[in-house]
Amino acid sequence: MEVKKVLDAKGLACPMPIVKTKKTMEELNSGEILEVHATDKGAKSDLTAWAKSGGHELLKDTEEDNVLKFWIKKG
Amino acid sequence: MSDKKKTTIVLFSGDYDKAMAAYIIANGAAAYDHEVTIFHTFWGLNALRKENQIPLKKGFLEKMFGKMMPRGADKMGLSKMNYLGMGPKMIKHVMKKHNAMTLPQLVEMAQEQNVKMIACTMTMDLLGLQQEELLDGIDYAGVAAYIGDAEQGNVNLFI
Repeated sequence: MEVKKVLDAKGLACPMPIVKTKKTMEELNSGEILEVHATDKGAKSDLTAWAKSGGHELLKDTEEDNVLKFWIKKG
Repeated sequence: MSDKKKTTIVLFSGDYDKAMAAYIIANGAAAYDHEVTIFHTFWGLNALRKENQIPLKKGFLEKMFGKMMPRGADKMGLSKMNYLGMGPKMIKHVMKKHNAMTLPQLVEMAQEQNVKMIACTMTMDLLGLQQEELLDGIDYAGVAAYIGDAEQGNVNLFI
């Protein structure tokens, strides 16, 4: 999986992870992958819903040491 | 007409916590690529006030209103547990610890995200607020402009 960009949203509280993800996603082209790191517990539900609504594809997500990681392919 | 979805919020309350909820939803909706409108009326107008005092010609009652109401988002009180201003101090401390955005930061972020901020001109007159006292780059309108946005809206809230 080739990641185009990594967004570090660790330590940020709602609504910042989603606001930053949106901003960063704008810099990517369709089909490219964004990796997001977050610590906000709501981020999983938030990013899943956001990706779906925006026509993006959430390829994978993991949780390690309280850090949530997401790989989103731009639609 | 654009095919973007719309979120419209009426901010009636002048409470810090309620305004925070409104602005978090507004910023979230903007991140969802919605066109977002916040219509500020009555006490909600205080969220748009500039922090510094602007010398303006005003009547006695208007001056009193201006003095009694919070000048800007940072000065607003809490809807619960305000404790004469101790509540906001405590919550701001906790917010800092949790890295949550403060209300002034949320307002700034909303402007950055092109959230349309409207001040209700009728209630501005009632509370004696003038355009010079409110933030730059906002719109001035009445109920019709709000309905114009809200009737095509997908999310509509009154806070």
